[in-house]
Amino acid sequence: MRVRKHAWVVLTITALAFIAIGIFRNEAAVVLRKATMICMECIGLG
Amino acid sequence: MAKKLKKAHSLRHIVQIGTAALTNGYLEGFKTGSIYTGPLKVACVPGLNCYSCPGALGSCPIGSLQAVLSNRGYNFSFYVVGFLFVFGALLGRFICGWLCPFGLVQDLLNKLPFYKKLKKLPGDKALRYLKYFILAAFVILLPSVVLDIAGQGSPWFCKFICPSGTLFAGIPLVAINSSFRPALGGLFVLKVSVLTLLLLLSLALYRPFCRYLCPLGAIYGLFNPIALYRFKVDKTACINCGACQKACPIDIPVFKQPNSQECIRCGACRYACPVGAIHTTIERRAKKSGIEQVYVE
Repeated sequence: MRVRKHAWVVLTITALAFIAIGIFRNEAAVVLRKATMICMECIGLG
Repeated sequence: MAKKLKKAHSLRHIVQIGTAALTNGYLEGFKTGSIYTGPLKVACVPGLNCYSCPGALGSCPIGSLQAVLSNRGYNFSFYVVGFLFVFGALLGRFICGWLCPFGLVQDLLNKLPFYKKLKKLPGDKALRYLKYFILAAFVILLPSVVLDIAGQGSPWFCKFICPSGTLFAGIPLVAINSSFRPALGGLFVLKVSVLTLLLLLSLALYRPFCRYLCPLGAIYGLFNPIALYRFKVDKTACINCGACQKACPIDIPVFKQPNSQECIRCGACRYACPVGAIHTTIERRAKKSGIEQVYVE
């Protein structure tokens, strides 16, 4: 019960570390590049 | 009790509409049939909100996950998984119930009168696993494994299934910007058919896409039992009457499983409980009764 109560804290800290690692690996740039162009496949045209 | 429930649902719809407006606030896109290309799009939004929607100011986490996985330089996305973990760890499927624009559309359609309302589809239990299959196959495996000659994959879920992308991005862009129309073909027909089927089904069944198909809901559902925002049932007060399950639009026995992976935290059960035994981890304990409360989570 105690573990479950505080699991979200551990997960949130892990998640923030993941985001930082992702930025360091240039993944944020990949997301930004994809999101700022119209995704023809996503809209059913590609 | 019915009045309280109506008020709670109204509040939820206001939050849903507000979130949809906030994350899709690029009005210029709706005028010109284009999309926002600014730096805000580096961040993922919590709900299923296509980044090719003319108004979208952020990125869809499922689209972003496929974008990174289908890129030949990566076989895992720390960045997008990080966003998914933050949202999941804090809110779980509260996001589905309160913050997802496609959830709002399904909610509103289900409010319309229909000759027969269904509580669930035949084979409901097996169908619930479909969303995990879609997550594993269409979001993770196929985009990372099936590559073209340049080593690039495709966003399989967005391309063949996502009804949110069709409704909020495909249809508006094609309607506003005539330059897209010559590219219309079989894929668009397939995507519009999937969307139409789901919208029609929403008239009879509460949130069919969220229950059976949504990969984002599948991820957030895993966080429901451990998220900051959870439900808990006071076992000293609960009389096991089943009123919570009866009120639940997804037919969850909340008194037994308050943190079911299927629960989208709409809150109907809390207002239906005749003894007020269902609480959230956020709210303060209203009463100091002196009787020790025993919670089931």
